[in-house]
Amino acid sequence: MKKKKNGLPILYIALIIAFLYLPILVMILYSFNETSATGPFTGFTVKWYESAFRNQKILDALAVTFSIAGIATVVSTVFGTLTAIGIFNSRMLTQKIVTNVTYVPMLNPDIVTGISIMLLFVYAGIPRGYMTMLMAHITFCLPYVIFSVLPKLRQLDPNLYEAALDLGARPGYALGRVVIPQIMPGIITGALLAFTMSIDDFAISFFTSDEANLSIYVYSAAKRGIKPEINAISTVVFFGVLALLIIINFRKKKEN
Amino acid sequence: MKKKAKNIGVRADVNNRNKWCAVPYYVWMIIFIVVPLVMVVFFSFTDSDYHFTTANYEKFLTRGANGELIYVTTLLRSLGLALIATLICLIVGYPVALILSSKRIKRSDLLITAIMLPTWMNFLLRTYAWMTIIGRNGLLDTLLALIGLGPVEMIGTNGAIILGMVYNFLPFMILPIYSVMAKMDHSLVEAATDLGANPLQVFLRVKLPLSMSGIATGITMVFMPAASSFVIPNLLGGNKVSMIGNTIEDQFKSAGNYNFGSTIAMILMVCILLSMLIFNGKGDKEEMIM
Repeated sequence: MKKKKNGLPILYIALIIAFLYLPILVMILYSFNETSATGPFTGFTVKWYESAFRNQKILDALAVTFSIAGIATVVSTVFGTLTAIGIFNSRMLTQKIVTNVTYVPMLNPDIVTGISIMLLFVYAGIPRGYMTMLMAHITFCLPYVIFSVLPKLRQLDPNLYEAALDLGARPGYALGRVVIPQIMPGIITGALLAFTMSIDDFAISFFTSDEANLSIYVYSAAKRGIKPEINAISTVVFFGVLALLIIINFRKKKEN
Repeated sequence: MKKKAKNIGVRADVNNRNKWCAVPYYVWMIIFIVVPLVMVVFFSFTDSDYHFTTANYEKFLTRGANGELIYVTTLLRSLGLALIATLICLIVGYPVALILSSKRIKRSDLLITAIMLPTWMNFLLRTYAWMTIIGRNGLLDTLLALIGLGPVEMIGTNGAIILGMVYNFLPFMILPIYSVMAKMDHSLVEAATDLGANPLQVFLRVKLPLSMSGIATGITMVFMPAASSFVIPNLLGGNKVSMIGNTIEDQFKSAGNYNFGSTIAMILMVCILLSMLIFNGKGDKEEMIM
């Protein structure tokens, strides 16, 4: 009796998960399809993977995506953590103003953030390229780091930092040895969020740069029709993300 | 009292020094957040010679050949499609959150990870994948042909766009509702049951009110990107259905009319802000970053 009661909800969850994975599975399947059409499956091949990894445009786009994400993550994590410590120690009014302004890129639609930063570059006379994309990415990654670290600082026992100072630690040393280790989970969460936001970004990059990251490449290619090469790249990206998540989860379990 | 004051004095001194850590960010924030937004406002109210004008806002009310309001119609279509997609996400997603947060489901953490996993994959690639399925001669047509049906022209319909929105944003409706309900004090449900409430009453009087903040966050997280989307209509709308995001894209990428583009962006921002105020009284901003 009890088992039957559970059956319907489980079926519902299964259906939703099937819906979420259906296009991904279709993409993986078609990345191995002999013909480039999306019709019936005609035969197994890996030629799309070969041509995708020989396609200079795809390789360039991948290099831009990952290098921007890497640099933007490191910069925004360090910069954002320092900022959070600074905000936490500021007056209430300053905290209020700064956090509200920092919410703006998170709450504004990406397209609005994108065009507004584009206007800045256009009228400052800065040619849009790799650097402008990087600056835009740092801008939208920073809020995620700041808002991941701030709550951890608020949970912190202030006596510990003071104790370190009373025992003769210099403020910088106390910060590095007492505060930073305790807010580490927040810093790591912030860094992971920043990395995924940067990897996934389309709208802001699209307006702030003439370089193509993976999203921009897919956008311009897909507008011209379906390319099996994109299926191959998607499959690689999907398994890459999957592997990354498994590693993160594995590390978490090990720590516990 | 005096002893304490001395302590605070020491602390305030050190903290004063730490507060300077945030100063470089203030400069960054002003350059990359405040100034660009001020520029959008400024350009929306000026012409190409930087003179004040409201012509851009008047242009938004332009009528087409048949007397229809071109831009207003596009804006209303965007808000309407986003609203329908948000409602579908709520209706489909709420039961998922409810089921996963119930005590009877084992390993709900694994299931929620499974639901969130596709969102970690590139948004463009996920939307592109649907082109393979519902596109011309796509998988859907192939399957329908097997049973002697079709082909259906799904690309280029409102349905295709709504499908794309629901697919992309459904997890963002499920997650906030789930996290609120998972934190819910289960003894409240038990108390209600002990006091004679039936399951429906428990749901309506206890669970639903307690999950309201999650619903508000979910609505924000679905409605906002849906209403401002321009990738989904571009890839799944097949140049037939366009949304306000496409109009902004055109102004900045091809027409080069930054003033009019800024005006549309301003109008979109105001519309989204207003709709957020309507259905998001108590949504928690910090919940949005999980």
